[in-house]
Amino acid sequence: MTAADGFRVAFRALAANKLRTALTLLGMVIGVAAVITLMSIGAGVQTSIEERIREAGTNLLSVSPGATSNRFGGFRTRGGSGGVRTLTAQDADAIEEANIRGITALYASRSFNGSFVSAEGAVQASVNGVSEVYPAVRNAEIGTGSFFSADDVERASRVVVIGDTLATDLFPNGDAVGETVRLNTQPFTIVGVLASDGGSTFQSNDDSAFIPLPTLTSRVNPSKTSAGDDVVSSIVVQLVDESDATVAGVTQAIENLLLSRHDSEEQDFTVGSQADQIETISEITATMSLFLGAVAGISLLVGGIGIMNIMLVSVTERTREIGIRKAIGAKRRDIMSQFMIEAVAVSMGGGLAGVLLGVAISLGLNDLGAGAEQPTGGGGPRGNPFAGGLTTTITLEPIILALVVSVVIGLVFGIYPASRASRLAPIEALRYE
Amino acid sequence: MSGASDRPPPTIDVVGLTKTYQMGDVKVEALRGVTFKIEPGEMVAIMGPSGSGKSTAMNLLGCLDSPTEGSYRLDGEDVEGLSEDALADIRLRKIGFVFQSFNLLPRMTAREQVELPLMYAGARKRRDRALEALATVGLADRVDHSPVELSGGQQQRVAIARALVTRPQLLLADEPTGNLDTASAVEIMDAIEQLNQEHGITTILVTHEMEVALRARRVIRLRDGLLEKDEVME
Repeated sequence: MTAADGFRVAFRALAANKLRTALTLLGMVIGVAAVITLMSIGAGVQTSIEERIREAGTNLLSVSPGATSNRFGGFRTRGGSGGVRTLTAQDADAIEEANIRGITALYASRSFNGSFVSAEGAVQASVNGVSEVYPAVRNAEIGTGSFFSADDVERASRVVVIGDTLATDLFPNGDAVGETVRLNTQPFTIVGVLASDGGSTFQSNDDSAFIPLPTLTSRVNPSKTSAGDDVVSSIVVQLVDESDATVAGVTQAIENLLLSRHDSEEQDFTVGSQADQIETISEITATMSLFLGAVAGISLLVGGIGIMNIMLVSVTERTREIGIRKAIGAKRRDIMSQFMIEAVAVSMGGGLAGVLLGVAISLGLNDLGAGAEQPTGGGGPRGNPFAGGLTTTITLEPIILALVVSVVIGLVFGIYPASRASRLAPIEALRYE
Repeated sequence: MSGASDRPPPTIDVVGLTKTYQMGDVKVEALRGVTFKIEPGEMVAIMGPSGSGKSTAMNLLGCLDSPTEGSYRLDGEDVEGLSEDALADIRLRKIGFVFQSFNLLPRMTAREQVELPLMYAGARKRRDRALEALATVGLADRVDHSPVELSGGQQQRVAIARALVTRPQLLLADEPTGNLDTASAVEIMDAIEQLNQEHGITTILVTHEMEVALRARRVIRLRDGLLEKDEVME
């Protein structure tokens, strides 16, 4: 029996039971489509997060307390929790005064959760103590008013710049700029409102407020080291460019400076670049993609069990046919390959159809996302991973993976029914029914 | 081989053929030592009442089952102790079956049914050979019909074409007319007889009908798993 004969025999049997074949196929189609869709959503999230980091500027270094931590957007690998109090505002001043080549600007920051009360509303928000260079370094756009000035920082003025959503919450009926708001009972003057950045929960400023760091450390939320320095949670450094040489040079200079200042045996801080950051996030989102894929993989498994189930029914139903074929002279492997080809044809056909469906759904989600993404306007046309629609990225790997897995599923779940068919004794099979 | 035999070996040579089935706790002795030879070109009927062991004999002679004891040489080839696949190969090359219930595959045209053994044999020119075999049994005009579109007699003729298409040494017909009306039965027996006489295919008819048995020139009667009578008809 040639391979072509095997395929002909198998396809005849599949065509003879069209509805059953279609339903079995559907199980595989759904499984594979789910894998493709979820993995492309995962890849899409990864791409848009990376894009956001790049937009925020890749020429940034972040110095954070604790060893081996990396906290631009709140992600950290280990250590560097709030309990580590080894980085100070005075460290930032020292770096600035050292006039390290390659640094264009820097600011130290610390944040706490503060409660705002206005005449029209009250809300909890993250309050960040930063300096006047913040908008330039982080590409933050001012909507109305202006960011606070160097003068405000110098004098630790009670001024605040708030995010778009926060402004709406506190002053639903009008312009917030120039109004007074109470932050932890102290009166602050709102000098500016940031433009909305799209409301993404990742690195969005819409729900945040910004005050001068000295105001935070001296008036609102003091936190001192035993030496009396002001604790900060990070120092963000802007570089002239993002070349490896600049990054390495400045990193080394900051490390040397802080090591001598901290006078400790071990390095109690970490200097991380945006590249490190992207790498960390990529790892996390890749794990997420894999996890999503694995969840979808379960439905593939269910599809495979469906194939096995139907193949077993089919073997029982066709016992007499198997008996006739054997009486005529079919060998075990002839019967085996007939049923194996059937199983693999169903799983692979389902796999192919599933890839098409998955790609179609992914593209559809993308279109949906593009349409619904910027209802408030203002953030520019960029991928928004969580709010509005979804950005999906279709890559080749999940497609190939899904096809390979579907073939393997056909083989694995087809082998038992097929071998059962091939082991039927001819006289008993002939007597069946 | 020994120099004594310059004639071809007997198509069937069974000695002390025994088959015992284990049915739960009970041992059923379907055949209890049967010995006979059938020479090439013979047409033999195996007769006996139900329970005589004739179906068991048919399964053993057809290499569908292996004997518990005794030896069986088919066309000079010792069949004893062969693997299932080796037996399948013997069935494919040397034996053609015609069953009482036709045993055609559903949804296949007559031509495809007849091509089936050629497919398993990996033969070439399958289409031509199948059409030729169908023409031999007088079904040249029904080659594209599936079993449901054929009468019982026509279905049995497709089965005969399927059995002879591989040019076997042995044709085993198990109650070939059992499901047919008298006219069709006569047609089928004519076809089988013609194959035996014109193509020299050794033919064994397993039957309980005297009319069918009378077509053969020799009748082997079985009773209670033993050979009761082996007579040549004139």
